[in-house]
Amino acid sequence: MSKTVKLRKGLDINLLGEADKVTVDLEMPEMVALKPTDFHGLVPKMVVKPGDRVQVGSVVFFDKYNEQVKFVSPVSGTVEDIVRGEKRRILEVLIKPDGSQEAITKDSVDPSSLSGDQVKQMMLENGLWPFMVQRPLDIIADPNVKPKAIFVSAFDSSPLAPDYDFIVHGQDQYFQHGLNALTKLTEGKVHLTLNGSAPADVAFQNAKNVQINKIVGKHPAGNVGTQIHHIDPIDKGEFVFTLKPQDVLMLGKFFAEGKFDPSRMIAYTGSEAKNRKYYRTILGAKLTNLTQNNLESDNVRVISGNALTGTNVGKDGYLGFYDAQVTVLPEGDQYKFFLTKGWLGPGFDKYSSHRLFPTWLIKNKKFRLDTNLNGEERGFVVTGELEKVLPFDILPMQLIKAIMTNDIDGMEQLGIYEIAPEDFALCEYVCTSKVEIQEKIRQGLDIIKEECM
Amino acid sequence: MKALEKIIHNLDPKFEKGGKWEKMYPLYETLSTFLFTPKHVTKKGAHIRDGVDLKRTMFMVILALIPCLLFGIYNTGHWHYELQSYINPEFAGYNEYLVGFGDKVLYGLLQVLPLVIVSYAAGLAVEFVFAMINGHGLHEGFLVSGMLIPLTMPADVPLWMVAVATIFAVVIGKEVFGGTGMNILNVALTARAFLFFAYPTKMSGDKVWKSGTDGVIAANDGVLPDGASGATALGDLASFVGDAPVVAGENLAGAGSAELLAKFQGAYDPLHAFIGMVPGSVGETSALAALIGGAILLFTGVASWRIILSFFAGGLAFGLMMNGIGVNPYMELPAYYHLIIGGFAFGAVYMATDPVTASQTSYGKLWYGFFGGGLAVLIRVLNPAYPEGVMLAILFMNVMAPLIDHYVVQANIKRRQKRFKTA
Repeated sequence: MSKTVKLRKGLDINLLGEADKVTVDLEMPEMVALKPTDFHGLVPKMVVKPGDRVQVGSVVFFDKYNEQVKFVSPVSGTVEDIVRGEKRRILEVLIKPDGSQEAITKDSVDPSSLSGDQVKQMMLENGLWPFMVQRPLDIIADPNVKPKAIFVSAFDSSPLAPDYDFIVHGQDQYFQHGLNALTKLTEGKVHLTLNGSAPADVAFQNAKNVQINKIVGKHPAGNVGTQIHHIDPIDKGEFVFTLKPQDVLMLGKFFAEGKFDPSRMIAYTGSEAKNRKYYRTILGAKLTNLTQNNLESDNVRVISGNALTGTNVGKDGYLGFYDAQVTVLPEGDQYKFFLTKGWLGPGFDKYSSHRLFPTWLIKNKKFRLDTNLNGEERGFVVTGELEKVLPFDILPMQLIKAIMTNDIDGMEQLGIYEIAPEDFALCEYVCTSKVEIQEKIRQGLDIIKEECM
Repeated sequence: MKALEKIIHNLDPKFEKGGKWEKMYPLYETLSTFLFTPKHVTKKGAHIRDGVDLKRTMFMVILALIPCLLFGIYNTGHWHYELQSYINPEFAGYNEYLVGFGDKVLYGLLQVLPLVIVSYAAGLAVEFVFAMINGHGLHEGFLVSGMLIPLTMPADVPLWMVAVATIFAVVIGKEVFGGTGMNILNVALTARAFLFFAYPTKMSGDKVWKSGTDGVIAANDGVLPDGASGATALGDLASFVGDAPVVAGENLAGAGSAELLAKFQGAYDPLHAFIGMVPGSVGETSALAALIGGAILLFTGVASWRIILSFFAGGLAFGLMMNGIGVNPYMELPAYYHLIIGGFAFGAVYMATDPVTASQTSYGKLWYGFFGGGLAVLIRVLNPAYPEGVMLAILFMNVMAPLIDHYVVQANIKRRQKRFKTA
């Protein structure tokens, strides 16, 4: 009963700087960080304090409002510091690795032999639960709800995205193990959605106990949100959990080997990145040993994640919890004379979905885009442009306006339960008026969380 | 360019908060962002952004208006000298369209450019005042309105009226709603409608469409010279409904409808009407120029093809419907005529497509355009008090656009809910 979905809408942004499919092992970083800010809306309750010794898998903090959800250390070492921001909000928990990677070990079990509650309990206890994200709201899954389905997207379609076929290759067993665990968590199906326009790795193709779907189209075809919308849409009161392929792998490894495996393969991408390859590092790793001597220039933005949805972490920042990619882009903080590189220039250096630029003439060119806003923020004027890149039966402009006016009924009716900010990243990209749409969507979700959940 | 950049941005501190010329910040910001796309970088959300901005989009609309402007300048000159040729032997032969090209261009320029300048000056002045009050830079919307306004005016309209109409349109039509992007009615049409109702003698009738008509009448003992006419095609058509039908100045009382239409088509043959070699408002007469502009807008994707196409379809459909009823000569006018005379094409391409005042949903745009075009024909044919129905039709559809969108949105909501019921 597999489904094939064809999308007509969307946009692939041809950025320069894909990672070569070569794996390099990075040394143990000098520091790792667990950042509560990676989890929207989380209020952490600390378990450790600076100076404490931790092992791989030791609980560092838990969710204040959902105490079962625990977050564990990816390394063995000492807690160096707890960095706080305004109102003493915890921003980062820094842990200095000792290099031994001594881990808390449990018995290995076959998830197929466990009950759903047992699987859930093990994931919660061992810091694996936070990888599970729920729709609606796009936050860490609530362990107290029953999802009607679990979705795993086997590919990422965002700009310069890591190739999960390459990352998962050869680890079929772990991946299947992870999927087996997931099947226990829902009474519905586990959906694995493959890219319909390219052959997937055998680990994906031969996956069992799941429904394998295919989706063909431009970005955001690889977003779980798009896949859920077309395969099994979410109504008010329903929940769907989602997980990324590398996290399924982690889950599988945990059950097979009995310990939390913090290693993470990341794609080092972007026009300003040198030695663009796949690097094996650790969750929350400090990026210094990746970026040092590996940048094309000084004035760059180092992003954990992709160019559309990632976080600006800086050269010495830390890898985000959910990210499998680091993107380095040139900063665009220069004035641009209007006739050459500015608003009235020929525009061969700009990638646009609008025909006002010659992008469409040069189909195969890869673009070196910088972080300039390319204009100033305005009220919504142009209509019809957002619809072209949103392959949902959702009216983006009307939904955003409902959010801006705090119209809860409107938001519910227009589909806020089905979306996450990342699904609107392209809308934000193409918006002529430079409205910060992802942030607006997040505000809307926050209102819904407050008022309706 | 580095030098210029330095000079300009050395001035930055003077205009910033607390600076000496803080109050003039909007003016400074407008000029400096015109010259240099600012160095703002993305802060939240997507780190990279599309190259497009409102400046480039609006510039493309102005570019698309150039064919209408150029044609309007020449056409204004032509009809001035055409009328002169009746009383001034010096200009005999100038009633041929291409005779006296240089004179006509010069006269047209002298007549039309002041309109453009006054429209921009008055409108931008108001915009700057509001920009200063609100503390932001100038928003680009008026750059297009400022060009549209003179093109919808008869060439002889007094400049002070243009100024008053523009100020009225910007303040009441736009700024009271919150500025660019918030207005309900098309700003340029608001200006035109204001003059149309406030000073009807300068905006309608048969003495305003050829520049210099008043002078000719004065020189000719208070009447138009024999054989001369000051009416537009639409003015003639409107007379068909009454007792005294007129075609190009010739009184045809008592003529049958077939004869009237034959005379009409003789006076305004379709090709001339399409090219725009007829009297009328400055920029509206040439369907050809509007279609060239339309092609630019459609090719660059700035205007909605849904609106333009459905606007023409609506006009044609209602024209044919009128043919079917056919109780007076006007109703029997071949339907395609409606699309090429008056400001129909101009309205379809430049006015109806204003994204702020049109329907915002894709389906809504189809309905909006169709009824806009249809209503324009309906007003023309059924209400001879308003020979040109396009302006009123579009303004009416501006008001109805949110209602159309409402139904499209409700349909979307119902369709989305249905997915869950059937599952």
